[in-house]
Amino acid sequence: MYVVVAGGGKVGYYLTKRLIEENHEVLLVEKDKKKCDRIAEELGEVAFRGDGCEVRTLEEIGTERADVMVAVTGDDEDNLVICQMAKFRFNVPRAIARINNPQNEDVFEKLGVATTVSSTKIIYNLIDQEVDSEEVIPLASLKRGDVEVVEVKLKEGSPVVKKQIKDLHIAGDAVIATILRENEIIFPRGDTTLEVNDTVIALTVTEKEKVLRERLVGKR
Amino acid sequence: MYIVILGCGRVGSTLAALMAEEGHEVVIVDRNSDSFRRLKKDFKGRTISGFGIDSEILKKAGVEKADVFVSTCTGDNTSIMAAQMAKKIFKVPKVMARIYDPIRAEAYKKLGIETYCPTTFGAMVIKNTIEEKDVNVEKIGELLERGSRT
Repeated sequence: MYVVVAGGGKVGYYLTKRLIEENHEVLLVEKDKKKCDRIAEELGEVAFRGDGCEVRTLEEIGTERADVMVAVTGDDEDNLVICQMAKFRFNVPRAIARINNPQNEDVFEKLGVATTVSSTKIIYNLIDQEVDSEEVIPLASLKRGDVEVVEVKLKEGSPVVKKQIKDLHIAGDAVIATILRENEIIFPRGDTTLEVNDTVIALTVTEKEKVLRERLVGKR
Repeated sequence: MYIVILGCGRVGSTLAALMAEEGHEVVIVDRNSDSFRRLKKDFKGRTISGFGIDSEILKKAGVEKADVFVSTCTGDNTSIMAAQMAKKIFKVPKVMARIYDPIRAEAYKKLGIETYCPTTFGAMVIKNTIEEKDVNVEKIGELLERGSRT
């Protein structure tokens, strides 16, 4: 894959490094000469000095054959323009933008850049989870953190032990994907009964996570 | 008309003063409240300090009921983003962005944002003056149109 990374800050630097390790063709675009030189010194011929917002730069680095454009500068407006240029002018199939103001997630989507990553939002979600729950362990975030895969270990006293899935009343809030029972993997049906020490893997939307926890762990 | 102007630099403040004098309702936004010093004391419009690409600030400026939105921010990308928000999200009927980079100005014109590029315009005026041609604004407009078509 040919990946263009715009922005040579810490995110851009480590992302480029990782992509090189994975044998991708990668080019990092950075307008600051000092930063650019330092990156070139450490990572080799992967740094290009130029403004990723400028069409001339994007032409020079062969953006039209890029598979992915990643805009990770510190400014949301720059990341938007870089991604829009890549998508609309150079037909790059995938464009990923870093955003700082979580509100911009919505704005970017409406302006044609649907894939965004907001560290502010991710960190906030983590804090929220850490504070709220020890029993519900987040395994993965999908759809930029709106959907979550969580793991819940059913302890003695859980209100759902000995209950059947269909009596959990979680429809609309979550889906129980799998139950791990000792060495067994169970794909549950409505009449599957939950037992103590079951590990429940569930899919839920972030705002319903609390509902799911209350059902499986009990109210605190 | 209800006009929201982003950026209280030389262009923004001058435009704000002109429109307010003609009796329009003007709101001018700048992230640096110091910039409002460019407005005269008797400026009849409203000033709001805040970052122009923040939806909350735009709403505070009344973008939802605006007839016209003009962005004259120093950074081209800020202007571009704000103009797109005004047009695509807040559905302002007339949106204009001042963009210094001629290529970006042209690219976003194609994407449906009315752009004004002082770089090309200024260069044309100076060129015509050097060549001692009649400096006629309408003529320059025509030349620019032709230039962007080629």
